[in-house]
Order: sequence, then C-alpha cells, then structure tokens
Amino acid sequence: MSRLPRSLAVVLTLSVVLLALYPVFGQVVFPNKHAFLMQKLTGIMIMAVMAMSLDLLVGVAGLVSLGHAAFFGLGGYMLAMLSPEYAAANLWLVLPATLIAVAFAAAIVGYLSIRTSGIYFIMVTLAFGQMGFYFFNDSKFAGGSDGAYIMVKPAVEILGVSVLNLGDKRTLYYVGFGTLVGVYLLLRVLLASPFGRVVSAIGVNENRVRGLGFDPVVYKLVAFTIGGTIAGLAGFLAAIQYGFVNPATLSWHHSGEALVMVILGGMGTLFGPAIGAFVFELARMGFEAMTDHWLLPMGAMIIAIVLVLPKGIGGFLLQVFSARSKVEDGQ
Amino acid sequence: MDIWFFLIQVMNGVQYGLLLFLVASGLTLIFGIMGIINLAHGSFYMLGAYLTFWLLQTVDSLFLAILLALPISAAVGYLIEALLVRVLYRRDHLDQVLLTYGLILIFNEAQRMLWGGDVHGIKVPGGLDWSIRLTETLSYPVYRIALSAVCAALAGGMYLVIQRTRFGMWIRAGASNRDMVAALGINVKLLFGAVFAVGAVLAALSGAIAAPINSIGPGMGDSILIICFVVVVIGGVGSIKGAFLGALLIGLADTFGKVLAPDFASFSVYGVMAVVLLVKPRGLFA
Repeated sequence: MSRLPRSLAVVLTLSVVLLALYPVFGQVVFPNKHAFLMQKLTGIMIMAVMAMSLDLLVGVAGLVSLGHAAFFGLGGYMLAMLSPEYAAANLWLVLPATLIAVAFAAAIVGYLSIRTSGIYFIMVTLAFGQMGFYFFNDSKFAGGSDGAYIMVKPAVEILGVSVLNLGDKRTLYYVGFGTLVGVYLLLRVLLASPFGRVVSAIGVNENRVRGLGFDPVVYKLVAFTIGGTIAGLAGFLAAIQYGFVNPATLSWHHSGEALVMVILGGMGTLFGPAIGAFVFELARMGFEAMTDHWLLPMGAMIIAIVLVLPKGIGGFLLQVFSARSKVEDGQ
Repeated sequence: MDIWFFLIQVMNGVQYGLLLFLVASGLTLIFGIMGIINLAHGSFYMLGAYLTFWLLQTVDSLFLAILLALPISAAVGYLIEALLVRVLYRRDHLDQVLLTYGLILIFNEAQRMLWGGDVHGIKVPGGLDWSIRLTETLSYPVYRIALSAVCAALAGGMYLVIQRTRFGMWIRAGASNRDMVAALGINVKLLFGAVFAVGAVLAALSGAIAAPINSIGPGMGDSILIICFVVVVIGGVGSIKGAFLGALLIGLADTFGKVLAPDFASFSVYGVMAVVLLVKPRGLFA
C-alpha cells in the first residue's frame, strides 16, 4: 500500500485527535446525550476494528469473506466461557487464551476455505459462519439462543494492583480508541512489510505471484488467520462493553454489515473501512432518531453511495486529496 | 423408521427442493448470464407472497390472486434492472452486492410500512384442502402434491424453453460467452431485462404458491435468499442442471436433518454445502 497523500494524512490525524478528545469536550457539546454517545462511539470504534480486519481479507488479499463475524462472536464467547460466574477474570490470562483460540479457529476455517475462490469462497465462509452460529444457537452450551452474560468485567492488574477499571465507561472508551489506532498502525506496518506486499499482490493478480515463486496459499492463510484474530479481539472488547454475548454476533447478518462497512468505506484503503463503520453506524443512529422507517433512508443512502462513489468513501477521499497534493506540488 | 413415515419425509424433501429450485433457478440465471450477484432476489419471493396475500382481500380465488401478482412482480423486476442494476454490469461484484443489499433494506422497510410486522397465513384453496390417508395415523396433504406438480411442470417447461427455443438459445449462449452474444447483434439490454424480470417472476411465484403451507412474515426473503445461494453454489454457479440437483439435495438434507437431528437441522444444510465445496471447489456442475 502506498503512502497517503500528506493533506489526507493531516485530515485523518485531526479526526483521530478529535475522537481522542471527545470524552473531554463531549459533556459541553452534547450535555444531554454525552454518556450515550460515548458508549455508542466505543461500540463504533470496536466495529471499525472489525471492519479493518475484514479489509485485510477483502480489500487487500481479495478474499471476500461472508463469515467474518464468526470470529468476532467466538472472541466474545471465549470471554463469556472463561469468566468465572461471579468474579472477575484475569485479563492477562483470558485475552491471550481468546486470541489463541480464535487464531486456531481462523486457521482451520481458512485452511479449508482458501481452496475455493470468488463467489465459492464467499459461500464457503458463509457456510462456516452459519455453522458457528447454529453451534452456539442450537446447543444448550453457553446459553443457547438466549446468549450468555459476563457478570463481572475482567480485571487488569499488574502485581496485584488494578491499572485499568474496564467497568468505567471512559476507560473503556480509551481502550477502544487505543485498539482502533493500534490495529490501524499494526496493519499499516504489516502491509508495508515484504509479507504484506505479497498479500497485496495476491489481491491484484494471484497467478503472477505464483509465477514469481511464492506460494499464495500460505500467504492467504496467514492473512486470513491474522484478520480472524483481530476480529476476535474486537468481539472480545464488544463482549466486555455489553457484558453479554449472543449467537447473533456470529450470524451472516453481522458479517454482511461488516462487509457493507468495508465496501462503503472503500476496499483496500484500511482507513476507509474504519470511516465506513462510522458512517454506517452514525447514519443508522441518525435515521433511527428521525423515523421509525429508518431502513428506507439507510437503503437509499447505500445505493446512492454505490452509484456516486464507485471506490467507496476512502477511494473518493484518496482521489480528492491526491489531486490536490499534485496541484500543491506544481505538477 | 416406518416406511410410510420415511416416504412422507422424502416427499416433503422433494417438494421443498422443487420450490427451492424455482427460486434458485432465477438467481443462477441472473448470475450466469448477466454476471450480477442479486441479493434482492429473496425480496421478490417475499413480494410474491405479500402481493398474493394482499390481492386475496379483494379477489377470492388464490389462482386469480397469483395471476395478478405475477405481472406486478415482473414490472418491479424490470424497473429495478433498468434503473439500478444496468449501471453495474461493468462494475465489481462487490458493488452489486452492496447495491442489492441496499435494495433489501428498502424492500424490507416497504413491506413493514405497507403490510406491518405481523405474520400472516393464507388458506389452502378449496378443492385442494384435503389429505390422502396413507395409514391409520399418517396422511399427506393434497396441496403439497399439487405444489410439487406445479414446480415440476415449471422446471420441465423451463428445460424446454432453454433447450428448444431461440430465446433459450440466447440464454445458453449468454451464459457461456456474454460478449460474443452482444457481438452477434442480439439486443443484450432487452435480453438482460427479460432474464431479470423472469427471475423475479419465478421467485414471486414460488413465494405465492408456498404461502399456504408456510407463513408470510417479515424477513422471509432473507432466509430463502441464503438457502438459494447455498443451492446455486452447490450446483455450480450459472448451471440450471446444477441448481436442480443442488435444490433437491438441500431439500432432502433440510427435511431429514429436521427429523433425525432436530437440534442441528440448519447445521445439516451448511454441512452439506461445506462438504460439497471442499470436494468440488466449483460446485457439482461448474
């Protein structure tokens, strides 16, 4: 992935700073809704993490997955199952355990799925996602279709001293914020590495990559596993936030929403899908507040964006800002 | 398992499979010929069912209601193709996915605004509302047999149209090489519009004739859509023959899954699909 145009980088950094300062100025700007909005934004940032992890598969490696929510849901269920019923779990134990379990599941699903390609890949991942959904939905294990509660949020302690209180809304906001920024930077570094370049090349032309002597299967599998694991991290955080997990978090509806965020935001741009998550969730919130029939304007907005912005919001921003920076450079 | 009980399940499975085929055939044709992934296909199924339910409040014959619902569905299908889908032929598949996803939202909301969130039922029409007695305790409803017969007749008719007529020839040619068909001077715009409208009608018809045995409710389009994608992909995208076999396979897997392992019924359908695709990564007849 090439570097962002400087002016776009500035705009994005400013937006991130604004997001970082929200808990400070939110009380003043939205006195009535501050607590609600902070909670909402925390949820959106977690969804943005999921959208970026899906972009690694869809936009970069060309692996269109419709089962990505399975890993998100599994991350949440791992926390629910590993937490003692009436006591706090130790984050330093449950987080790595969750990530390892999700990575393992993603590696298995990925290994089986990447034998197929194109629409067949979409459908195989859908099948595995739905199998995960029905596994948690139909079996009595972990609450069945009712889902499961996480009564006490995990404790974050160093040498017996609590360093983060995840029950605090503002702390959780910054955990979500930190994860969003951290995952974005991590993925940027990954994509700039030799590994990332091969993965991007596979998304463009897999045969040539094979011709150059790389084995695409290995690269796709590693990318799939990384993407799945990050989605698991997002699901883990969402489960901490809501204190609840249910099978719907694994369902294809959820996978589909994440995919819509990615396409809407602009595939392969990484910052685009994060913006897509914000646009999708904020539009839903706005339309819901305006009318009972919010799906109508939501659908119309999505159709309009497809027709007007073929490369998504991220692609549009790149176009606008790269044209501007060329003018600035006197080209 | 009792032999009669087993037979009833086979008949149910075949009946469900034939119905799935009617919906899925449109989906696979639209993808095979036009290269469009149409997520809104399930919405036509819902449209057919709701239109029939709505028309039945004015006319009192199910047959007449269905007959009136079909041209309306065809018109809606053609309009959507002409206004929205046409823009996307040269675009990425994912743009089509996104646009038709937007359409699903609009269809679902329009359904809720026009007909509300309740679940409705349609009475089985007089003359078909009796059952054939098989044993002391088991019987089989005639409407299900009639339904299977209608679906089978339509499948046969479709086979004849595709194999024996000029229109069918264009369809087969379009499925194997779209650009060549256009180069031969066939009006591709009209052909695509017609295929889309026919697909919409087939889906709407399925929704309408299945209404008396299933219920009509919000979200019915979404669930049939996913199952139909499973069918299409198992058969091999674009293949009518594959869709037929895939539909029967899924119909039987779903029915027997529900009988043998009720807790994991839905699991069985996706399990079948996963196995098929792992053995044949491009479906049975790609």
